[in-house]
Formats: sequence, structure tokens, C-alpha cells
Amino acid sequence: MTDSKYFTTTKKGEIFELKAELNSDKKEKKKEAVKKVIASMTVGKDVSALFPDVVNCMQTDNLELKKLVYLYLMNYAKSQPDMAIMAVNTFVKDCEDPNPLIRALAVRTMGCIRVDKITEYLCEPLRKCLKDEDPYVRKTAAVCVAKLHDINAQLVEDQGFLDTLKDLISDSNPMVVANAVAALSEIAESHPSSNLLDLNPQSINKLLTALNECTEWGQIFILDCLANYTPKDDREAQSICERVTPRLSHANSAVVLSAVKVLMKFMEMLSKDLDYYGTLLKKLAPPLVTLLSAEPELQYVALRNINLIVQKRPEVLKHEMKVFFVKYNDPIYVKLEKLDIMIRLASQANIAQVLAELKEYATEVDVDFVRKAVRAIGRCAIKVEQSAERCVSTLLDLIQTKVNYVVQEAIVVIKDIFRKYPNKYESVIATLCENLDSLDEPEARAAMIWIVGEYAERIDNADELLESFLEGFHDESAQVQLQLLTAIVKLFLKKPTETQELVQQVLSLATQDSDNPDLRDRGYIYWRLLSTDPVAAKEVVLAEKPLISEETDLIEPTLLDELICCIGTLASVYHKPPSAFVEGGRGVVHKSLPPRTASSESTESPETAPAGAPPGEQLDTVPTQGDLLGDLLNLDLGPPVSGPPLATSAVQMGAVDLLGGGLDSLIGAPSFVAPPAAAVPANLGAPMGSGLSDLFDLTSGVGTLSGSYVAPKAVWLPAMKAKGLEISGTFTRQAGSISMDLQLTNKALQVMTDFAIQFNRNSFGLAPAAPLQVHAPLSPTQTVEISLPLSTAGSVMKTEPLNSLQVAVKNNIDVFYFSTLYPLHILFVEDGKMDRQMFLATWKDIPNENEAQFQIRDCPLNAEAVSSRLQSSSIFTVARRNVEGQDMLYQSLKLTNGIWVLAELRIQPGNPSFTLSLKCRAPEVSQHVYQAYETILKN
Amino acid sequence: MIGGLFIYNHKGEVLISRVYRDDIGRNAVDAFRVNVIHARQQVRSPVTNIARTSFFHVKRSNIWLAAVTKQNVNAAMVFEFLYKMCDVMAAYFGKISEENIKNNFVLIYELLDEILDFGYPQNSETGALKTFITQQGIKSQHQTKEEQSQITSQVTGQIGWRREGIKYRRNELFLDVLESVNLLMSPQGQVLSAHVSGRVVMKSYLSGMPECKFGMNDKIVIEKQGKGTADETSKSGKQSIAIDDCTFHQCVRLSKFDSERSISFIPPDGEFELMRYRTTKDIILPFRVIPLVREVGRTKLEVKVVIKSNFKPSLLAQKIEVRIPTPLNTSGVQVICMKGKAKYKASENAIVWKIKRMAGMKESQISAEIELLPTNDKKKWARPPISMNFEVRQRRGLEQCVLGKTLEILPVNLCTYHLADDETETPERSDFNSQTHFFPCRLPPRN
Repeated sequence: MTDSKYFTTTKKGEIFELKAELNSDKKEKKKEAVKKVIASMTVGKDVSALFPDVVNCMQTDNLELKKLVYLYLMNYAKSQPDMAIMAVNTFVKDCEDPNPLIRALAVRTMGCIRVDKITEYLCEPLRKCLKDEDPYVRKTAAVCVAKLHDINAQLVEDQGFLDTLKDLISDSNPMVVANAVAALSEIAESHPSSNLLDLNPQSINKLLTALNECTEWGQIFILDCLANYTPKDDREAQSICERVTPRLSHANSAVVLSAVKVLMKFMEMLSKDLDYYGTLLKKLAPPLVTLLSAEPELQYVALRNINLIVQKRPEVLKHEMKVFFVKYNDPIYVKLEKLDIMIRLASQANIAQVLAELKEYATEVDVDFVRKAVRAIGRCAIKVEQSAERCVSTLLDLIQTKVNYVVQEAIVVIKDIFRKYPNKYESVIATLCENLDSLDEPEARAAMIWIVGEYAERIDNADELLESFLEGFHDESAQVQLQLLTAIVKLFLKKPTETQELVQQVLSLATQDSDNPDLRDRGYIYWRLLSTDPVAAKEVVLAEKPLISEETDLIEPTLLDELICCIGTLASVYHKPPSAFVEGGRGVVHKSLPPRTASSESTESPETAPAGAPPGEQLDTVPTQGDLLGDLLNLDLGPPVSGPPLATSAVQMGAVDLLGGGLDSLIGAPSFVAPPAAAVPANLGAPMGSGLSDLFDLTSGVGTLSGSYVAPKAVWLPAMKAKGLEISGTFTRQAGSISMDLQLTNKALQVMTDFAIQFNRNSFGLAPAAPLQVHAPLSPTQTVEISLPLSTAGSVMKTEPLNSLQVAVKNNIDVFYFSTLYPLHILFVEDGKMDRQMFLATWKDIPNENEAQFQIRDCPLNAEAVSSRLQSSSIFTVARRNVEGQDMLYQSLKLTNGIWVLAELRIQPGNPSFTLSLKCRAPEVSQHVYQAYETILKN
Repeated sequence: MIGGLFIYNHKGEVLISRVYRDDIGRNAVDAFRVNVIHARQQVRSPVTNIARTSFFHVKRSNIWLAAVTKQNVNAAMVFEFLYKMCDVMAAYFGKISEENIKNNFVLIYELLDEILDFGYPQNSETGALKTFITQQGIKSQHQTKEEQSQITSQVTGQIGWRREGIKYRRNELFLDVLESVNLLMSPQGQVLSAHVSGRVVMKSYLSGMPECKFGMNDKIVIEKQGKGTADETSKSGKQSIAIDDCTFHQCVRLSKFDSERSISFIPPDGEFELMRYRTTKDIILPFRVIPLVREVGRTKLEVKVVIKSNFKPSLLAQKIEVRIPTPLNTSGVQVICMKGKAKYKASENAIVWKIKRMAGMKESQISAEIELLPTNDKKKWARPPISMNFEVRQRRGLEQCVLGKTLEILPVNLCTYHLADDETETPERSDFNSQTHFFPCRLPPRN
């Protein structure tokens, strides 16, 4: 019997025929007809018109027919909600069937019928099935709760299904446990705050026991759930790890990867001195390598994850370089990923092998792969200094092949090598120049131009070479134009006599004929620099360049930590946080690694090299955070490697003042040699000014006297408790002074006089700076408003919570006590803007354990609005950048007692939830700073 | 979790479409067809994100299987599931082809309903599934109550891969050890990297619920056994092997392996892959392949390949097949070989040299003259490696089943294995078969 015939009916009037057949008395004919309907449904034909006829077939004792009808129902119920109700009775009846397979089938299907009206009918049958005697029915019912929750979350909560589901975690059947865990984990994702899973040592123990008994899929659900748990101390972490490690030998790669996730996460909590830590580290490598013998698609997933693991813990796979050598029959996506990992693992010890491989790859067929291999050779040179010479000679060999894209790629990386090792390999410039004509890609052209400009004094015909590029200036891409401009200015500064004409030409091309504001701005800056102070120009343009970082494509630490928590999932494949590709709120809960708990660890900074490793090597493989942040903070100025050298050096060499000051005076200076009149825009000053503040973001906001946010007054002391005196108040900070704004109301029947106020000692030494002055006696029902200036010079005692303030108020009747909380932002001082370099250094300096992360929800502002609003409360944006569509604001603030708090605020356009990471030497303030953020942003 | 699962033919026509989640619409079916199946360029990744929807795909012959999701699913799990899906389909109706899928579409829907619930994979062991889903339709209405509850307890039970009450008149057990030696050699003959990845495939035809225990001469085990047995092992000539890593079928008790290094399990019925292992230390290459390539002018290539068997003379390698790739612009080939038969297969761009059997410590060679068409074609030849395939097969009674001798030429020697002490479960016959794939080297670059 073949079913393929059902796919071939294409006649017209088919629906009518089917209708007739569906209503036939003969069972066989009916079944045939339903099969035809399903086949049509599969290929995308609309057979919803047959809904009543198909549903009529539901009442049957033929299970096969029943399953087919259910399949149809799941597809079309939503479009025919009224008709779907017809099916309810059958479901309810089937849930009572003596055959557990039928009960399960009913409960499974009814969860897939997404019709609101139906759902409430389904609660009773579902409740029964959750407590069914048969485990097969229970495990199906567990998943059904998740289905129902997806349709109507409120209903599920009201009906108490969540509690039943929680009970199923203690079920005797491992598969029921696994499905309950899966369902609960999914439901918990949409309620990030609720402690739905309620993981505690007891429930964890249950899960670990079920782990040994359930199916491979169940093991994955459980391991993924375990990964969300944070053990209370390192001992618990270790004992969980011990019970999870056997999973590393499972044939199912997903089980292995999920186990790796749990181990990688909990390892964070283990002390590196522990023997067990070393054992665990050794146990991780073999299963990861074994994943590379899996099917190619899984290899790809594994490699993307290994890429993350190697960045987080380079020591795991440092001896396994060879397994990442590319095989001839690897699919291209596997080859490219392997190459990436090879570079990450390259070290002095294995560089010879790596280079030999890379050279081999550079002669392969796939263009992308070859390019990446060539680029990799350059990265090796930068990473392992001892190999630089060999890399350069390999690259020269490749240039000799004259294969166009190989040559271009090689030139791009040689430029980077020049940056890293200045004045070492200039002998090869001649060879590079021979290939000038063959370069047609912007990146390669720009690299070549950079080299010519940088070494203009050693290239006899540098002016000719650059001039040749200038001919087609307008056809070049912006990258090449910018580079050409800078290179010619460099040339001019080095050989001023012969190249005056050339520089004039390029400046006028850049400033007059170009529509590109970047190019114009840079042109103007050079022009003015050259015309006012050639010495300063030289200092700026030819400034010594900072070293380029060794690895340019490392994932930033916070994202890396989040991705480590997502090992095995799509996020780890995309190398993007879930929020970047998942719609809505589901599954985008920001995950972070657990902090170390052992007290002995607190002194150890993450940069410390592991015992036994030579310190130098560590530096090679792990770039310091400062380097990274240096990249991050470069704003739009481009990465240091390929970016315009002028801008990079200017910012990093502290030439900011020189430029800023010089230009300020230039703009108004009458002696200024203006560019030709036609080119001067009428409002020249304005764009220049704004351009500058964009670039350097210096003065805006510093010292502005706008007041910070003031909360509305709240009742601090109700009249009932103070014999008729009601006090409400709030705190303000204006122009650098803090005050407590009080409103005293007399609700008693007698006059109040002789007011006085006193504070208990508190965390920040807040104290009244003047006596409480109520000028006239307060008569009944009268209200008076007083602003009490405060100082922070009082005596200090840490309070709990940190920002609580106990106040005593006295009047002629009695003494009253009350306590209130002050918002921390009244303590943010106006000079809390940290210098960018300082910020970097400080961020790096504060140990990671001090970092705290918070979510700010439902804040509809965009980055600019956030920044300005925070600034008015003295939280200053030090830098801002955009990563994959997300705005990252780096901010600083200082408290009155001199404590600095550094913040990273992640804002995703369109998503009202922000992520706030705070770093501070006194981590206990973080919580309150977060509250301050909340208050400021939401009011 | 998985939001939907589609199966397409090579033209991109959808054969099976099952949607599990509300966030996956019908347009997802078309999105995958347009962006992946009909894409102009070769697929660059098995995971594709189209309009915030992620597609995972695998291909079996010319059938595409795609899983779709909008959430941050466990990617490794999705692929494992897709492979499993293929295994299950193959176990039910053989080759995965358009015809077979169309013929069995009702069955496939039924399976998909069972093994994937709301996108969560459920028990997908064919042994269990076949107890209640069959190609002949459902049996359950004729089942007794006991049978029904037996089914459900098996599907959800701890031993979901085996049903109870299996009976064989002859208890038999077969073990196949399939190894591939992956060797990367530089054109100068230097070994760049070498590893052996092995699979132990078991065919079990045993009655009841047999408890099996299996050991191997893994270095860790032998060292653990201590001095008492050290003499014994040296007498029997067993070497211990350092296994880098191994993975096991889900029937093997992993925590027991972790603590005792013993492999104990209740096997599924029929054929299954018991374990995989990988080793890199002390690999003795069973063969040595020495290629010589000489270019004679622009249109002629002389190739000489020597193979030397590097194992005991008493052993025999069988079904040897050496595959020598030829350039794409080959117009004709003339081959001379001392032993076996060699043929140029134009469709495969290779010379295939077959030798029926070859004893240890022997040598054989082939020479070929390859005529090339003069070409300006810039498309480079990818120079695939020479590959080699052979088998060592031996059949033994159980009492002799110390594998050391059979597999001596191979780096991994699986030594003892025994069934549980229950005598009645002892199989009468077992069969060991070792097959090795061998990828020896890259061809030297052409000058």
C-alpha cells in the first residue's frame, strides 16, 4: 500500500469530492479521504472548508484515523474557533479512556488547539491527567501545562497547575521529571522574577538522581536547568560537578555540551588551588575533541562553542592544536571555524606547525578560506613575536604567487605587522610596491597607502605613488580617501619642499569636492593645523602610535560570560546574546557567571596567571581588559589597527587639549587663513564646534548646575504617631548642596513651637548644616515648608540598609523619631566625570567579584535621553559606543565620600529593558546606585 | 524549543510539514526554500537566521530536513534530534528518499507527534516506538490492558531502548570494530597529525533483559588491576592502550564507567553503536603509502604509489581499496599494477585500485600515466588526499574472544568482554570484524 498517490490529486472540484468521501459510511473510504486532506494540507493547500466534515470523523475507535483527524484539528482549529468546540467532548471523553495511549494522545492534542474558548474546558481533564496512574500520561500532561501557559498564562496560575507541575519534579518516573523540568524552565523564562523552579540543594539532588535514569533528551533538559542554578558555595559546586562529569562520555553531543556548560559555569566558583579544579580542567578537553568526530553540523556547533571556551579558559585546549587542523573533506563552515580556533591556540610552542598548515591552506581553492588563512598568518605574527619574521617571509612567498586576492589580503596584514613591529621589516616595502597596480579592493588600497605615507621618507617615489592614487580620488571609497588624505599630509610633513602642491590638491579635494562629512572634517582639521602651527601638526600627525592589541576579535568579557552560560544553544552559535535574535521577553533573561564564594579567592584577580604557566605566555593569550576597553572606547574613531592613525593617536596621546584649545582659538581668530571662500559654509563655526564635541565630548555638561531629580514629598511621620505633627519630605540636590525639604503640618489642636531636629549617625555622615528654623509658631491646621540644608560632615556609621537615616524631631510637645531612606543620587557630586583613561584603568583594577548586574525595565528612553537625564543627576557618560545595534554607555559617578562607581549601561533600541553593570570598590553601594538609576530614569 | 519541522525534496517542494509552536507560520516553509534550498551560493552554515527565525538543516541524499525555531534553543540538541529522526525513519522504511517519504507520510506524522511534543524531543528509540507505532497502522485497539501498560512503562521507563519478553532460540552476539585512521602527512612524508577513531557496533540477538559487561585493555584499567595481574597480561602479550576519550550509547551506565571503568549495559535488540573511542598515542600505522608524482610537460603526469603492509606476516588484510585522485582535466589514464586490479573512474576523478587480500610485511605498487587536456581553466584542482580502505575480519568462538590477536595491527585492542554470569544468556557465536579507513596523505604540490 503506498500513500504517495495522495500527493498527486490536482483535480478541480476536489474539495467537493473529498466532502462526499468524508461523509461516506465506509470506514476505509473515510480514512482514505482524511489522508488526502492531510496530504493537501502538507503541500499548503487550504482545506479548512472541510472542517466540520473532518471533525465528524473524530468519533471513531480507529486510532489511526483519530490521529489523522487530530493532526488536522491542530492545524485549522485556530481559524475555525467556533467549530473547534465540537471537538471538546471527544477530548474530555478520550481523557477517560482505559487505554493510556489514548488518554495521552488526547491530552497532547488538546494542548495544541490554541483556541481561547476551548482552554477552560480542558482544565479538568488536564488536572486528572497530571495525576494519572500511568507515567506516559503524566509526562505528556506535564508538557501540556507549558502549552496551556503559552496560550493563557493566567489560567494556568489560577488553576494551580504550576504547583502540580512542581510536584512532578519528585515523581518516581525519570521521564516525567525531565518533562516537568522542561516545562517549568520554559514557564520560568517568561517570569524571570518568580522563583518558579525554586532550585535548592534538595531539588537539585532529585534532578541529579533523575539525570542517571532518563532518556538522552531528558538529560539535556535537566542539565540545561542545572546550569541556571547557583550553588551556595564552592563545596556544593564541586559535588554537582562530580555528578555531572560522567555525562561527558555520552554519545549524544548535546548531552556532552550541556554538561560542559554546567561545568564551565560552576568552575567559576572553585578555587584554582583546588586539586579538583585541575582534574576537572583536564577532563574537559577529551570530550570537546571527540565532538570533532561527530557529523559536520554538530562539529560546527561544537567549534563555535570551543571558540568561546578557548577565550574563557585558554588552558583547557592549549595542547590540542593538532585536532583543529583542517581536513580535506571538511565542509567549508567547519574549515573556517577551525582556522579561527587555531589562531587562538597559537603560541610560541606550536607556531611552526601552525604556520606550515596556514601556508598549505593559503593554496586551497575556496576564496574565503584562503583569505582567512592569509589573514591568520598576519595574526600569528602579531601574536607570537618570535614568529614574526617567518610570517613575513611566508607572506612574501604568497605575494609572489600573484594570485590577486592572496596578494591583497597579504598587504592588509603586513600593514598590521608594521604597526606592531615598527622599523623592522621595511625592507619588504619594495616588493609590496611592485603589486600596487593589482590592488582593487579598498581595504588593500588603504593599507598600501598607509604604508607609503608612514614610510614616506624611505620611499623615493612616495609622492609619485600617492599622486597616482589621487587621480581617481572621487572614485575611491571613503576608507581609501581618508587614508590618502592622511598619507599625503604625512608625506608633506616629512618632505615639505617637494610636496606642497600635492597637499594643497588633496586638501581642496577633501574639503571642497567631497560630500563625506568625515572626510571634510578631517581635511579642515589638517588644513588649520598646517596653517597655524606646523610644529603642532607634526606632533599630532606624526605622533608615535600606540601598540595595537594582539587580538582584535575577542568577545568582550561581559558578553563572553553571558555566552558561556549559553553553551550549546543558538546564542553560542551566533555569538550573540539571546536578546539579539529572540523576539519578545522570552528567553532573554540576562545570564551571568556566578561569583566566587570562597573567601580565599577574593584577593585573586582574574588576570593572575595560573600556577605553572609562564607569566609571559599568559599575556600573549589573554589580552588585558584595558586593551579591550581601549578598543571599545574608541567610539567611531575606528579600531586602532585599520583606523585613521591621526584620530587614534590624537585621542590616545593626550593631544586632546592641544587640538581642542588650538581650534577654539582658531575658529574665532581673524588671522586664520581661510579656505577658498566658496568652500566656507556660512555657519562654519557650528559644524566645527559640534564636530569637535562629537569627537572629544569634553565640556558638555561638566559643571552644569541643573538640579538632579527630586522625588515628590512622602509622609515620613504620620500625625497619628506624633501627637498631631505630620512631617513629609524629600531630599534634593541643587548646585552641589543637599537639602532636606520638609513640610510640617499641625494636625493637633494646639500650637506647636520650639522645633529642633537631629540625625542619628549614618553611612555618609549626613547632618543638618543649620538648625531647623520655624519662624512662627505653627498653629493648628497650618502647614509650613522648610528647606533644611545638609552637610556630609557628620559622623559616620554604617547603617543597614545603607541609605537609611534616623531622624529625631522635637517640639514643645514631645520628641518624635522616624526613619527614612534617602535616594543615593543626592550624594552624587558634580565632578564625578572620570577621565576616559582613568575609567579604563579603574574598571580593570576593580576585581570582577565587585561587579553587579541589574535590569532596568520598562524604560522607554533612547540612549541620548538616558544620558542627558542621568547627567542632570551627576551620572556622567564617559563614552558611548554601539555594538550590534545595542548602545553601550560607559558612565561614572562619585559619591560625597569619594567613592567612585563605574557603570556600563546596555540599551537596545526598541527594548525597554536595560542592563546595568556596576563596578565599585565598595560593592555594597551598587544596589542603591541601581535604585537611583531606576528613580532617575523612570521619573 | 523546536517550533516546526519540515522535510523537502531537492526541488524545495515540501513533503512533510509539522508546526509545534504558534510563532512559526506557514511563511517559514517558503523562507527556507527561497533562502537556502534555492540559494545561488553553496550553503555556508548549517544554521541560518532568516528574519529572526533560525533554521537548522541536515541533508540526506537529496532530502532536506529543517527544524525551525524563534527561540534560543539548544542547537546541539536540535541537530542530534534531526539525526535521530533520520535514524528512526530509516529503521521504519529504509532509505530516506522522496518516494519513501511520500509513501509513509502518515507514519511520519505519527512518529513526529510521538517523538516531538511541543518541540521537546521525547523517547525516540525505535525499539520502543515499534511496539505501538507500526507501518501497518495502530495495533493498540487489540491490545490487552497489560500490553498497554507494558508499552507505556517501556516508553517512559529507564530502559526505554528495549522491550521485555524478547526470545531467541539461539542467543547470538556480534561485535564489529570499525576504525578509521586519520592521518595527515606532509608531502615530505612527515606525519602532521594522526588519530584513530573507532566505533564498536554490536548486533545483539539475546533473550530477556541480559546484563552485559564489557571491558577493554584501556591503560587506566590495566594499571588499576595492579601487580597481581601484571604478569598475566604480559604473558598473554596484551598491550594496554591509552584511549583518549570514549563515548557510549545511552544504554551504558556512565556513572559506573566513571567510577570503575567497566562498561555495563542492557543492550537494545538488534544492531546499535555501543561506543566510540579515540586514541592518538602510539599509533602503529597498518600500511604505509608512498606516492610519487612527476610532471612530464604540461599534459602528462606520472604517478607511482607504493603501499607497504606494516603488520605481522600471519595476518591478512582484505578488500583493500586505494583511491588515487586525478586532476579534473584528465583525458586518459594508463595503469600498471603488480597486484590486484586498477581502473580509472572518470566520474569519480580517481584511479581505484583494488586488492583482494594482502599479508603482512608485503609491498605492492601501482604506476599510472595520466594524460591531461591542455587547459586555461583557472579553476584550481583541490588536490584531494589519497585514501585507503581495508578490512580485517575474523570469526571466533567466545572462549577465544580475546581480541588482542585479531586487532594487533590496530592500535586499540579490545580485550576481554563477557556477558553476565547468568549462563543461559551466553551467546553461542560471536563475530568480530574490524574495518579500517585510512586517509594517508596529501598529494605533493604540483610545481
